[in-house]
Amino acid sequence: MARFFAVTIFVIAILSAIPIVRHTWWMAPDISTHGGPIDEQMVDTMWEAGISFLASQILLAWFIWRFSGDRPGEKTKNFPGGAKTVVWAAFLLVGTEVLALGVFGVKAWANVYFTPPAANAMPVQVQAGQFAFYFRYPGPDGTFGALHPEMISESNENFFGLDTANDADAKDDIVTAEMAIPVNREIHLLMHSKDVGHSFFVPELRVQQDFVPGLDLSVHFTATKIGRYEIVCTQLCGLGHYNMKAYLSVMSQQDYDGWLKKQAALQ
Amino acid sequence: MKTWYKRTCAILSALVVSAVLVAVVGEQVKAAGEGSITGTVKLNGTAPHMKGIDMSKDPYCVAQHKDSPAKLENVVVGSGGGIQNVVLYLSEGLPANAASAVPSQEPTFDQKGCLYAPHVMAVDVDQKFKVSTSDQTTHNIHPLPATGSGNIGWNKSQPPGAPPIETTWKNPEIAIPVKCNIHPWMHGWHVVVKGPYAITDENGNFTIKNVPAGSYTVTAWQEEYGTQTAKVTVAGGQAAKADFTFKAK
Repeated sequence: MARFFAVTIFVIAILSAIPIVRHTWWMAPDISTHGGPIDEQMVDTMWEAGISFLASQILLAWFIWRFSGDRPGEKTKNFPGGAKTVVWAAFLLVGTEVLALGVFGVKAWANVYFTPPAANAMPVQVQAGQFAFYFRYPGPDGTFGALHPEMISESNENFFGLDTANDADAKDDIVTAEMAIPVNREIHLLMHSKDVGHSFFVPELRVQQDFVPGLDLSVHFTATKIGRYEIVCTQLCGLGHYNMKAYLSVMSQQDYDGWLKKQAALQ
Repeated sequence: MKTWYKRTCAILSALVVSAVLVAVVGEQVKAAGEGSITGTVKLNGTAPHMKGIDMSKDPYCVAQHKDSPAKLENVVVGSGGGIQNVVLYLSEGLPANAASAVPSQEPTFDQKGCLYAPHVMAVDVDQKFKVSTSDQTTHNIHPLPATGSGNIGWNKSQPPGAPPIETTWKNPEIAIPVKCNIHPWMHGWHVVVKGPYAITDENGNFTIKNVPAGSYTVTAWQEEYGTQTAKVTVAGGQAAKADFTFKAK
C-alpha cells in the first residue's frame, strides 16, 4: 500500500511538471521593450521552484518506498549532524533561492519603476471609473486641460470633467473610449481613478498598475507589435468589475495619426 | 285603494325613476366631460449638436450600430423644430380622484442596442411598468432617485434573455435619472407624476387625454432645458390647446 502511495506521489509530481516545462499554458508573447527581465524572472522562478518541488517529491516518494512497513529491531538512523545541520541546510537552500529571485525581481522592477520616462515620451491619460476606462490625448497644443470633478457628467459624455467652454487647454483635448498608440513609441501613461481602486493590466504589454483613489500615478512603456489587445481591470471594484475593460490598439504611426484625427472630429 | 295611498305611490315611483335617470345621465355627462389638452413643444434657436457615442468597451454594442452610429439623445429636435421626449403633466388643479387614478397600461422601458428605449418614460405614482432587455449582452439598470424623494433606488442585472422586471414608483419625482452600471454612456429618465400625462413625439406634438373639466397648470419638462408652465382651462369634453417654446442655450 505504501509503495503504491510512493509511486502515486512520483507520478503526480512528474505529471504536474510536464505542462510547465512544455509551456502548455504559458504567457502571451511579450510585445514590450521592458518585458524581457520580467519574463526571465518568471522562468527563473519556475526553474528554482520546479527543481525544489521535484527534488522534495522524489525524495518523499523514495523515503516512503524504502522505509515503510515494520522492520522489528532496525535502528533509526539520524541525519548526519543532527537537527542543527538540517535547519542550517534548510536556511541555506531556501535563503539562496529567495536571494536569487529577489535580486532578479528587484532588477526587473527597478527597470520599470526607477527609470523615468524619456523626455519625448507621448503622454496619454487614463481615468478608471466604475466600470469603464476612458482615455484623453492632449491635442495639438500638447497640454491637458484642468480636471473639474464637479463637472463630470456621463449623460453628456463629459467623463473627465473638462470645462471646454472656458478652458483653452481643454478645448482641443481628445477623449476616447479606446486607447490607440503608435508602435515603437514610448508612452507615458498618466493614471487616476474617478472613484475606487482599479487596475490597468495588459498581459502582452507586461504592464499592470493599480489605480489608487486620490493618487496620480504613471507608468511608461513601449509597444513593439501592431495589434489589438485587451485592457482589463484587475482590482475588484464592484459588481461590474468582471466586465470592466477597454481595448488597446497598437498601430503604425500613420494609422495612429489618422485615428487621432477621426477621434478629434467626434469631440 | 285609498286616494292618498295611490298618490303617494305615484310620487314615490316618480322620485325613484328620476333619481335613476339623473344617476345614469349624470354618469354619461361626466364621461363626456373628459377633455384633452393638445399642443406642440418647440425649440427656439439652433439645436445643440448631439455627440456620437463610442461603445467600444462592448463589441456587441458596437455591432448593433454598425449601420447607424449611436448619438446622445439629450435634446432631440425634429425637422420642424419640435422637441421629442418632453413630458407634460398637470402640476396644479387636479381633483383628488383624478390625481390618484392609476392607468392600467404598463409602459415598457427597454434596453436595445445598448441604449434605453424610450429615452424618457413617464408613469403615474403606483403605475406598473416593465423594464426589459432586447440585447445579447448583460445590462445592469440603476435608477437613481433623489434622497428624500421617498423613492428607493435599486439596480438589477439582466443577462441576455432575462425576464422583464415589473415594478412601480411610489412617489412623484421629476425626474429620476437612470443609468447602466456596465455601459456608462447609457442614460435615461423615469418621470413620475400624478394624474394624466403625455410625452411629445418626434414632431414635438402631444395630447394629454382623460382630463376632467377644470382649470389647470400644465408643466412641460425637458431634461436639458428644465420646466415651463402654462395655464389651461378645459371645458367638458373639449380639447384645449397649450404650446410651449424652450430657448436654446
